Amino acid sequence: MTSPKHAAPPLPRLATIWLGGCSGCHMSFVDLDEWLIELRRHAQIVYGPLVDRKEFPEDVDAVLVEGAVTNTDNLELAHQLRARSKVVISFGDCAVTGNVTALRNLVGEPGEMVYRVYAEHPDRDGQMPSEVIPDLLPQALPLHHVVPVDLFLPGCPPPAARIREALESLLGIDDSPHGIRFG
Amino acid sequence: MARRQRPNVPVVIDGHEVMAYPDESVLSAADREGIRIPRLCALEGTSVHGGCRLCVVEVAERHKLMPACGTTVVEDMEVRTRSRSLDEHRKLICELLLAEGNHVCAVCVSNGACELQDLAEELGVDHVRPDYQFPRRSVDASHPKYTFDPNRCVLCTRCVRTCAEVEGAHVWDLAGRASGSHLIADLGQEWGEAPSCTWCGKCVAVCPTGALAWKGKAVGEMRHDPSLVAFLSSAREQGEWVDREALR
Amino acid sequence: MAKVIDLDDVAVNEAEARSRYRWRIKVCSSTACDASGAGPAYRAVEQRVEEQGLEHDVQVVPTGCMGLCSAGPLVRTEPRGGQPTLFQEVNERVGADIVERHVKGREDLAEHQLDEGLPFFTRQERVVLSNAGRIDPERLEDYVAEGGYRALVSALRMRPRGLIETIEASGLRGRGGAGYPTAKKWGMLHDAVADEKYVVANGDEGDPGAFMDRAVMEDDPHRVLEGVTLAAYATGASKAFLYVRAEYPRAIKRLEQAIRTAKRQRLLGRNILGSDFSLDVEIRTGAGAFVCGEETALLASIEGQRGQPRMRPPYPTERGLYGRPTMINNVETLANLPDIVRRGPEWFRRMGTEVSPGTKVFALAGSLRHTGLIEVPMGLTLGEIIEEIGGGCPDGRAFKAAQTGGPSGGCVPASFRDLPVDFESLRQAGSIMGSGGLIAMDEGVSMPEVARFYMDFSQDESCGKCTPCRVGTLEMHRLLERICAGEGSHRDLELLEQLSRTVRETSLCGLGQSAPNPVASTLEHFRDEYLALLRDEPVGVAHG
Repeated sequence: MTSPKHAAPPLPRLATIWLGGCSGCHMSFVDLDEWLIELRRHAQIVYGPLVDRKEFPEDVDAVLVEGAVTNTDNLELAHQLRARSKVVISFGDCAVTGNVTALRNLVGEPGEMVYRVYAEHPDRDGQMPSEVIPDLLPQALPLHHVVPVDLFLPGCPPPAARIREALESLLGIDDSPHGIRFG
Repeated sequence: MARRQRPNVPVVIDGHEVMAYPDESVLSAADREGIRIPRLCALEGTSVHGGCRLCVVEVAERHKLMPACGTTVVEDMEVRTRSRSLDEHRKLICELLLAEGNHVCAVCVSNGACELQDLAEELGVDHVRPDYQFPRRSVDASHPKYTFDPNRCVLCTRCVRTCAEVEGAHVWDLAGRASGSHLIADLGQEWGEAPSCTWCGKCVAVCPTGALAWKGKAVGEMRHDPSLVAFLSSAREQGEWVDREALR
Repeated sequence: MAKVIDLDDVAVNEAEARSRYRWRIKVCSSTACDASGAGPAYRAVEQRVEEQGLEHDVQVVPTGCMGLCSAGPLVRTEPRGGQPTLFQEVNERVGADIVERHVKGREDLAEHQLDEGLPFFTRQERVVLSNAGRIDPERLEDYVAEGGYRALVSALRMRPRGLIETIEASGLRGRGGAGYPTAKKWGMLHDAVADEKYVVANGDEGDPGAFMDRAVMEDDPHRVLEGVTLAAYATGASKAFLYVRAEYPRAIKRLEQAIRTAKRQRLLGRNILGSDFSLDVEIRTGAGAFVCGEETALLASIEGQRGQPRMRPPYPTERGLYGRPTMINNVETLANLPDIVRRGPEWFRRMGTEVSPGTKVFALAGSLRHTGLIEVPMGLTLGEIIEEIGGGCPDGRAFKAAQTGGPSGGCVPASFRDLPVDFESLRQAGSIMGSGGLIAMDEGVSMPEVARFYMDFSQDESCGKCTPCRVGTLEMHRLLERICAGEGSHRDLELLEQLSRTVRETSLCGLGQSAPNPVASTLEHFRDEYLALLRDEPVGVAHG
């Protein structure tokens, strides 16, 4: 924990992160609109696409993880966020089930898939991705098949209202039960 | 179903005294009483399959769990439809179904109107613990009116039974075994090439997922109507289509 | 119509024919010995007999299984009025030596002899296998000479009820696995009313490493037919089916031949032995699915349907084959009947235990000095079977566990040495009797690996009808693969145990319900081996 500036107890440290997904879950998160300002009174958002920070911080209380684990970067981040967070939340169907990201598992080996997408695609001039792109794992996997996950928030994307209910219950703002549903 | 007499077999379901018809299944008796037992393969108007195992219940003095769909009531039978272990079993069975196929709700015609999706919600499946199998199965879009997407098939055989028993065509059946079990049209040809298909669409109506769907439906647009079969078979039993005047 | 056979006449003629020979040389021609070269050995013996001009003195008899398959091919010489000698590992040269040096030259050939004083032989008690390895299975006369079909003669003089009472008094229980009282099943079919009733012999022996029923069907086919006929007479069935797996071509051939012969002699077919009892027997072959050993799937298969089980009740004795009352008995159960009827239930009860009378055939395999087919009284201890009959593990290795009951069974650890091998005791120890596979494992065997092997079998053989068995076994196999590779976590083990419970409690048929047994029993007795294979998972601050 960073040292508190005030005598009041520090706010819970919330992170969001985006692995192999389409960012739709984060869009839904942004759809919380003005409640995000309310959220700021209950939690400190310490990491995520909305925060200008390069590395996943230590001592995170809860992290919303969007996307499946599909490449070596995702895998490293998954381990890192697990090690540095108290509560890991699979955020959206890609993190929970693999979803659309895992559709590539049906095509075959990653090499086969990349070739099909880049080399065989009529609009791509046969260009293959260069070495700066992280290697794909053999399969795209749900987060909990890679590291232990504490909570699951399915949906593609989870509607903003459901995200709010989940966060409210997690942060102790409102404990009323929330529905869960894939898709 | 048409009933000539009143229910006269007393049974106890979850502590409620229920009067059931002789030869009635526990599932049907519970339904009339408003006691919900999860199920997937059961389809009123067709024969009992007993394959999904979601409707298993505890019956006093039976040492094994019994499928409610295939268990006939017996006088004073005591049934429990909910318990901690039943909940656990049903939840895991639902997870197994989700892990077995490629159930990607986000891109499915039946998203929002899918019995498997509903079951997951009902049983509290917020994630799937077993490994996803990611089977490679190809879609059969050869039929002019319908599509069959085996990625979404749960092998409930509702379509098989409906086609054979209600329509009388027996286009569908299963081939293969274990994880290789799959639905086939006629002798394993493409659906569009299956000469026994009458295009009636009953199989599509009864499919619990998006496996059988109308062509031209986009994500979330498909609506099934499994109650059609119960209507058809009870209408048949009641002689609704017979010209009674002419018979006289 | 053909004349009714006079069995005593046949037996007397047979005895006379035999007494003309000074020597009888029996060559084991069962599947196991055949595989280790009994064919050439048999031809070598026959050829030498001819060359030496001994055809009138020496009779060469191809027989069924003599039991000690690990020492095969086996040959037994029986001098008229003298002591028989058993020879092991008989190749063409030894076969020739047996004729030239042993039979003709009166040499001992001690280096090739197999001591019949071994506990492997002396601790056995053979009823079902009493003729196996002793008679030529293709000759009706051989079976009749050993008392065959006499039970049928006396049964036909009894009321069917009386026959059921005899079986009830014997306490015979089904040898197919669960040990259900045979007479009880018979009574149910007897009481069922229908225009036609069926008896089915279950010869779909699918457990890996098990070949008890194969031996009975191949080596003593008339015994199976007599058993089926007795069962049909007692229950009022007019048609019987022998369901034999297609992987047993020799059993099918022998049974077909036996049916033809028996019909010709009016031991089968219309008006059996001149009585008003008729029985039509038909063979149906399986198509390679393990699940067709399950009785309702077996019936579906006979009907030409997809081999999938259906829910019980209704039990087959109420509504079975073609919707009619049907009783399914295991081949070994049926093979017990002729001796029980002929020698009486008291004789049968003298063997085995109070609740599990009689004997049981086991296919003894695995890490043992002596492996093969054995028949022992029920209630012999595991230790007696493994250490005395099987001779213990070879090369001084320590016995670790015994697997019984195949993919539906479990592993019993060495500490259960004194466990009597009967239906109830094995169940209490977390395994089952099953059909009779018994595999010994030594200290070098990894138990999670054993569980993985059987789960691989089960997930492949699931018929696919019910979710827990079709997908559950597949997922269990995946978890076991991961654990065996050292990549499993505690979470994986927890899920494996939950899957075991769900597959056991919610599967449709007995095969699914018992598929988790190899996992459950190895977890119960060898949990440490699983734990040693698990790896730690990355965990967060709250989990650390």
